[in-house]
Amino acid sequence: MVINKDALYAKTHEWVTFDGDTALIGISDYAQSELGDLVFVNLPEEGDEVTCGEAFADVESVKAVSDIYSPVSGVVAAINEELLDAPEKINEDAFGAWFIKVSDITEKGELITPDEYEALCEAEE
Amino acid sequence: MLVFEKSRPGRGVSALPKCDVDVLTPSDKDLRKAELHLPEMAEVDLSRHYTELAHKAHGVNDGFYPLGSCTMKYNPRVNEKIAALPGFTDIHPLQPARTAQGCLQVIKEISEALCEITGMSEFTLQPAAGAHGEFTGLLLIKAYHLANGDTQRKKIIVPDSAHGTNPASAVMAGMEVINVDSDDKGLVDLDKLREVCEGNDEIAGLMLTNPNTAGLFDPNIKEITDIIHQCGGLCYYDGANLNAVMGWARPGDMGFDCVHLNLHKTFSTPHGGGGPGSGPVGCKEHLAKFMPGVKVVDFDEHSDENMLSFAKAEASLGEMKNFYGNFLVAVKALTYIKMLGKEGIPEASKNAVLNANYMMNKLKGAYDMAFDPKVCMHEFVMDLSRQAKETGVTAMDIAKGLLDNNIHPPTMYFPLTVHEALMAEPCETESKETLDDAIRVFLELNDIAYSDPEKLHMAPVKTPVTRLDEVGAARHPVLKYEFE
Repeated sequence: MVINKDALYAKTHEWVTFDGDTALIGISDYAQSELGDLVFVNLPEEGDEVTCGEAFADVESVKAVSDIYSPVSGVVAAINEELLDAPEKINEDAFGAWFIKVSDITEKGELITPDEYEALCEAEE
Repeated sequence: MLVFEKSRPGRGVSALPKCDVDVLTPSDKDLRKAELHLPEMAEVDLSRHYTELAHKAHGVNDGFYPLGSCTMKYNPRVNEKIAALPGFTDIHPLQPARTAQGCLQVIKEISEALCEITGMSEFTLQPAAGAHGEFTGLLLIKAYHLANGDTQRKKIIVPDSAHGTNPASAVMAGMEVINVDSDDKGLVDLDKLREVCEGNDEIAGLMLTNPNTAGLFDPNIKEITDIIHQCGGLCYYDGANLNAVMGWARPGDMGFDCVHLNLHKTFSTPHGGGGPGSGPVGCKEHLAKFMPGVKVVDFDEHSDENMLSFAKAEASLGEMKNFYGNFLVAVKALTYIKMLGKEGIPEASKNAVLNANYMMNKLKGAYDMAFDPKVCMHEFVMDLSRQAKETGVTAMDIAKGLLDNNIHPPTMYFPLTVHEALMAEPCETESKETLDDAIRVFLELNDIAYSDPEKLHMAPVKTPVTRLDEVGAARHPVLKYEFE
């Protein structure tokens, strides 16, 4: 399991990195391995508002469809369109395959450190 | 090889009878411009083509089919025989009701039987299958709230163990879904439900299966429906699992306001490609005036004859499907109900539950059972997380191994609350010998998982097509034939 030490994590298995006033959001390597091969990704549109703790995207694996929750509240500044045609990129490199970039952040949810997240995944195993 | 690839120009079956009515020549604008690609082949080749396809498939007549929450019971031949009677087949939906009294009688009788079985007061046969029934039920709930001026009631509570179609139907009906987690026994968490409902005037209702998708009967069911009613919501019963309780417990008595049933599950009519399905919706008196389509009533007020006729509900939400739904499916289901009778209906459920418990207990040593219930209902859920961790063999691998043994796999990776789920529903129509044989196969496959896991990663090897590239098929689906 790969844990990006530069990111913070939500307990619902999303990672987030902050760069000034913006945040980049994706799902963790543990999440992609639990979901299995992803076949479809549904992303919001630029300009959409995302709310802390609410679903902003969904991913479909051969097993199931799962919601992806936003760790922050703000406005979608960019989406990673590449994922729409190649959802396998999430399986290949969960930390490279960001989902959305959020600006105008008004709220941050409960975020945990990489070490805490690693412990959480181990407890779930 | 596809039927289009077998096609040869000019070959074919010219079995059209001579036209015995006036010939009408359509105007130019009504004529099709592009060529219609119909396969051209001799009857013998066509017949062989479909027989070959049938050999590649696994139906309930080929072998054991314990597909959880799908109730793949045997479909008695007598159903087909009755549904093939000319009085049922040689009719037209627009012919005068007085000339199809037998058909109206069927609609009336099956509606009454389904009311009796579910504790509802009315049924519509229009919905074409389960999810269509869910959608219809939700529109009834919506119509009820709108008629009361409760335009803010848009939230539907769905437990996390629900069938995936439940939240999808709710969204289709313009509702917002609230997920409520199950407790550690796999049942609805009453405290969490109360937390969501208390004083909440935005709740439109609840969608629930009971027994639920883990094969467990929720003993708090009356309390659950009371909580919803207290906040002004209505309760919708998903009939997918009725086979466990038919003749023993009624959704109406549990406090549900409307239900859908799957005639193609519980009432022995064919599934899927052999269908079509049928998902009748029943409701209690307070929802009856919103029912779609027409219902059969005793007297035709425009006639002095004592005949059955159709009537529309006063605030009907409209048509969910044309005319009377999949009528011939209703004929088959009514045949099944009449053949079993008042004694046979509960007997069928009793044996469905017995068969599931027999299998579950025989498999308990080798497979972990989700939520570890003492008694299950008509189905049980195995959790293969341990095997996956210790051997690398997943629920998918065991499912593929079953195919090599002429057994259709149980439902996989569902409910979502169980990670490596295999959900098995043996049905009442299977003999002890069939169950024992399946149990032997399940135990053998578990042994192979520990002795030779690679063998299961490769399975199936005996089927007409071997392991399919599911990911490739999902990422790059080919849905139509490309003509040259």
